[in-house]
Amino acid sequence: MKKIFIILGLAAALFQTSVNTPAQAPVVTAPVAEAAAPAPAKADPNDQQRISDLEAYVNNTARGSDAVDSKVVSKISGAGPGHNGFQMVCAALVLFMTLPGLFLFYGGLVRKKNILSVVAQCFGIAGLVTILWFLYGYSFVFGDGAGSIFGNLKFALFEGVDSNPNTNYSYWVSHNVFSIYQLMFAIITPALIIGAVAERMKFSAIMVFVGLWMVIVYFPLAHMVWGINGLMNGVWNADADIKAIDFAGGTVVHMSSGWSALILCIILGKRLGFGKEPMQPHSMTLCAIGTGMLWVGWYGFNAGSAVAADGIAANAFTTTTIAAAVASFVWAMAEYVLRGKPSILGFCSGAVAGLVVVTPACGFITPGGSFIIGILAGIVPFFACWKLKAMFGYDDALDTFGVHAVGGTMGALLTGMLARNSANANLATNLKNYVTDSLFQPLVVEQIKAIVITIVLSIVATVIIALITKAFVGLRPDEDVETVGLDLAEHGEEGYHG
Amino acid sequence: MKKVEAIIKPFRLEEVKDALGEVGIEGMTVTEVKGFGRQKGHTEIYRGSEYTVDFLPKIKIEMVLADNLVDAAVAAIIKSAKSGKIGDGKVFVSPIEQAIRIRTDERGDQAL
Repeated sequence: MKKIFIILGLAAALFQTSVNTPAQAPVVTAPVAEAAAPAPAKADPNDQQRISDLEAYVNNTARGSDAVDSKVVSKISGAGPGHNGFQMVCAALVLFMTLPGLFLFYGGLVRKKNILSVVAQCFGIAGLVTILWFLYGYSFVFGDGAGSIFGNLKFALFEGVDSNPNTNYSYWVSHNVFSIYQLMFAIITPALIIGAVAERMKFSAIMVFVGLWMVIVYFPLAHMVWGINGLMNGVWNADADIKAIDFAGGTVVHMSSGWSALILCIILGKRLGFGKEPMQPHSMTLCAIGTGMLWVGWYGFNAGSAVAADGIAANAFTTTTIAAAVASFVWAMAEYVLRGKPSILGFCSGAVAGLVVVTPACGFITPGGSFIIGILAGIVPFFACWKLKAMFGYDDALDTFGVHAVGGTMGALLTGMLARNSANANLATNLKNYVTDSLFQPLVVEQIKAIVITIVLSIVATVIIALITKAFVGLRPDEDVETVGLDLAEHGEEGYHG
Repeated sequence: MKKVEAIIKPFRLEEVKDALGEVGIEGMTVTEVKGFGRQKGHTEIYRGSEYTVDFLPKIKIEMVLADNLVDAAVAAIIKSAKSGKIGDGKVFVSPIEQAIRIRTDERGDQAL
């Protein structure tokens, strides 16, 4: 055991030096450079400037020293404690959505011989995506000075990602906290896909698929939508070709995962015995617990996307609650009227659908808008899961498509219709001509463009990635493995004994 | 000696146990089982997908009794387990060759 620690320590030390070498190189020549051209020393701020910095913190705006040509330093250095604390809690809440929220929600819905496979896939994705994120993923999404479609390698290996804010994204939240917060989104997105392919895809195939999918679909899409000069970042990028908006990930998270899930589950084929033997959820109790955790975690997801504990976060918190609660109630009542019984899975599915649909909208709409979203989110995905799946006969095991793709697409569209200047003052910055406070404002067209790009990218890339994965490791386990259950066959463990 | 096996609805167990106690039965073995007879199963619906569940949960009571207790026991079970609806269950009576108490090696009725 000791040996292992020593080896690990050595490896870490070696890695550290190799990473730091390029950064250290200029240090040798630094004194010479300083002697040649001494940087002009910045002045201390006067009282007026010090008060302005305090106001900037409270109002979540830039402090004087943030300007490139600033001639003064700030007495308030680094991140702001309130915003930073809020963001760390939100990051933890978003992780809580995947571990354990999503794996309990999904795990309860599979047969008991496959619950651990879902847990393993969620943990596997959390580790794999974190590795990619550290190596280059974060930089591919939020790299400084990148183009409008792809990021770059500026922040690879978290180079320069420290506790000081990256003012492109937040004046008061640490760059590293922002990066870890965004990592949690990158983790849950591919984890959503496993709902469609549950119970019948090899662990190795899922890891290979997700590794490729992150690079080809998620990183570029997240860059286009949220990168400061992204193609579809309508709120912050004045030069965006498509003036679309997406507060917390309707396109990036739910549409991308949902549409990819549909294609992957079709390529993969149906579960053995699908339609012939019963495949009902093995534990609605676990599923309901998972749903509660998802709902709680979603406050970090939606309110946290304001990247500040400000009024926009407060509004997102409010709209998220209303949409989730209304959709949960409406879905179950629709079942009550049409099928005779309000089911637990109905309440759970409705809550998740409401949260999905409000995700892109939550920071841009009024509480009234979220009420409308709640009603539609309780009805449309309900019919998608009930009728659409039966009509086309694909085996979307846990309804990732029905909830996330249908809900996400509807959410992106409704965001275009319901975004209001009164809900978010930032809409007036670059979108004055697009958000005119009416249902069919010009923003709707921009949202449709973003929807089309997201669907096309997700579908085309998933077909290619699935075929590559199939060629390298194969997609499905042997029939006897699938029959025995993935838990025992692939992980050597059982979720339940006796 | 006879073995009395009764398959009953789970929520009738307490009443059956009390009724058997009243006629002097001092022990029984109870198992949770699944099965179906004329009652058939039921349908479960998850997000619109319907599943027919054939096997319903039931309770099986097993007792080995001296011959003179059998009629009273069967009557007690029937009286306490009957709801009059389909699915109330069944009682089976069969002969037992031998019974041995492990602790004392007593045989026959002595061991019951």
